[in-house]
Amino acid sequence: MAKTWKEWEKPVLELEELIEKLRVLIDAEADATKKKELHVRLEEFEKRRDNFIKVRYSRLGAWEKVLLARAEPRPYTLDYIANIFTDFTELDGDRRMGADHALVVGPAAMLDGRPVMIVGHQKGRDIQQRAYRNFAMCKPEGYRKAMRMFDMADRFGMPIITFIDTPAADPGVESEMRGISEAIAASMLKMFELTVPVVSVVIGEGGSGGAIGIGVANKVYMQEHAIYSVIPPEGCAAILWRDPTKGAEAAAALQLTAQSAMELELIDEILEEPFGGAHRDPVEAAVTVKETLVAALADLDKVPPKKLKEQRYDRYRKMGRFQTA
Amino acid sequence: MPAGRGKTAIGNFAQCKKCKKTLFSAEFLEALWICHHCGHHHRLSSEQRIACTFDEGSFVELDAELASEDPLQFPEYADKIQIATEKTGLNDGVISGRAKIDGMPVVAAIADFSFMGGSMGSVGGEKITRTLERGVDDRCPVVIFCASGGARMQEGLLSLMQMPKTTAAVQRCNENGIPYIAVFTDPTMAGVLASYASVADVILAEPKALVGFAGARVSKQAQVVKPPSDFQTAEFVARAGMLDKIVDRRELRGTLVALVKILGAHLRKGAKSG
Repeated sequence: MAKTWKEWEKPVLELEELIEKLRVLIDAEADATKKKELHVRLEEFEKRRDNFIKVRYSRLGAWEKVLLARAEPRPYTLDYIANIFTDFTELDGDRRMGADHALVVGPAAMLDGRPVMIVGHQKGRDIQQRAYRNFAMCKPEGYRKAMRMFDMADRFGMPIITFIDTPAADPGVESEMRGISEAIAASMLKMFELTVPVVSVVIGEGGSGGAIGIGVANKVYMQEHAIYSVIPPEGCAAILWRDPTKGAEAAAALQLTAQSAMELELIDEILEEPFGGAHRDPVEAAVTVKETLVAALADLDKVPPKKLKEQRYDRYRKMGRFQTA
Repeated sequence: MPAGRGKTAIGNFAQCKKCKKTLFSAEFLEALWICHHCGHHHRLSSEQRIACTFDEGSFVELDAELASEDPLQFPEYADKIQIATEKTGLNDGVISGRAKIDGMPVVAAIADFSFMGGSMGSVGGEKITRTLERGVDDRCPVVIFCASGGARMQEGLLSLMQMPKTTAAVQRCNENGIPYIAVFTDPTMAGVLASYASVADVILAEPKALVGFAGARVSKQAQVVKPPSDFQTAEFVARAGMLDKIVDRRELRGTLVALVKILGAHLRKGAKSG
């Protein structure tokens, strides 16, 4: 069982590397006949790659989704911001005790000029960025910063868009000392008070409390290969079988895929990703997200402010499966 | 006071689970299952908790018929529910209803740790939500005793969604002026702590109760800063400013009476005139 996205996609990545090398060769080749020959090879390789992707992506299990949701080249919140919005100004600080860069927040405009407030987890791609972003694990100050934005948006009548992509909330000692649980709970509570539209998109990992802390919305979307879970699969495996390496079995049991969330009626829609996943074409992935956001906001614009709050209450009120025997 | 299910006492003698010293059953019961040697507050069943908190015979259970499904067909879940039900005689780890405390009506929910660690799944979340909503409908204070390891992983994302669901109901209480008092008992963790438990108007806790966000194992792995010796106890959480008061179990009823009396005064006045 593959442990990382790279391991799982190795055959495809190797082919893609070959294709890149061939392209360089073709560019450098002066001889027209040879160039043509190489082109034929290239097309062959591309066909093989596409077939590979098609086959592999047609039978993705829950664990493969986990790997894809965590893949480093997968577009992050800042990538979506760059591709969907203009005039984004990143704001910072919780005005209480600190700054938290696991969360990116600030006002921006949709392409039609409409002001919105953005709140999203941010991962890092290299070691420095990962440390700076704390692996997208928010501390209490992150949720308190988010609450500042929710308040501001509510005062100015701006819709709120949240991007969810976190393995979990920060589990460290300092976070406990500053009340990580209270921060998550208070942030959720704040989101239930809002009279502006709130739309949430799970773009990667929806990691339990860390995710739902900014995830209370009127409409919730999940990308095709995103995950949303009450507990990380490895943690679940450690508890269930005392074996954190059984993450794949736990992932299947937890049904943490977008498809399962849809079946359980916990999300509104699954957003299709480009061929071979969002990381193969971040721009196209953003187009789908943008179109979804535009449509969602157009829908929610028809709902009066007070009703928006009620609709949010009702949305969560009906979640749960039980018998009354 | 009935010893009830889950009693530590057997015959005339009992043993403290913490210091292992011998206790006289009668004294142990009289002390509300607090060890008189070391002060350890033993975990209570919901039945014991009701008996030592509310006016005798005043508790009326509601929503007892709610029972878990196995929506994900999660490995061993059905068996675990069945075993817990047989062991406790309960359908879930949350008992909810109406009660009186010093003659004043309250709406209450009591978590029972002995039912699958008090974990919150669809049923637990629904009962807590109904309890808070009932507070709004009845216009009377809500008292919730927390005891939970967190969200119930066997119901996956459905369990996670009980966090916003219950928190939304707290928000309803807030905007309707309904006082909500939470009592953290051993243990109050993770998904429960990070939702309805932490946004109560008043938070009380029993001494030394385990209170924290991340499980001990996860938390220790993630440590950069060395945790204090009382990490994730009620005392630690109180120092952090995250709860109002640690109350000895023998004084808990009195504290609740005072709070319900004062914070709920506006509601009782309304009831008389309306």
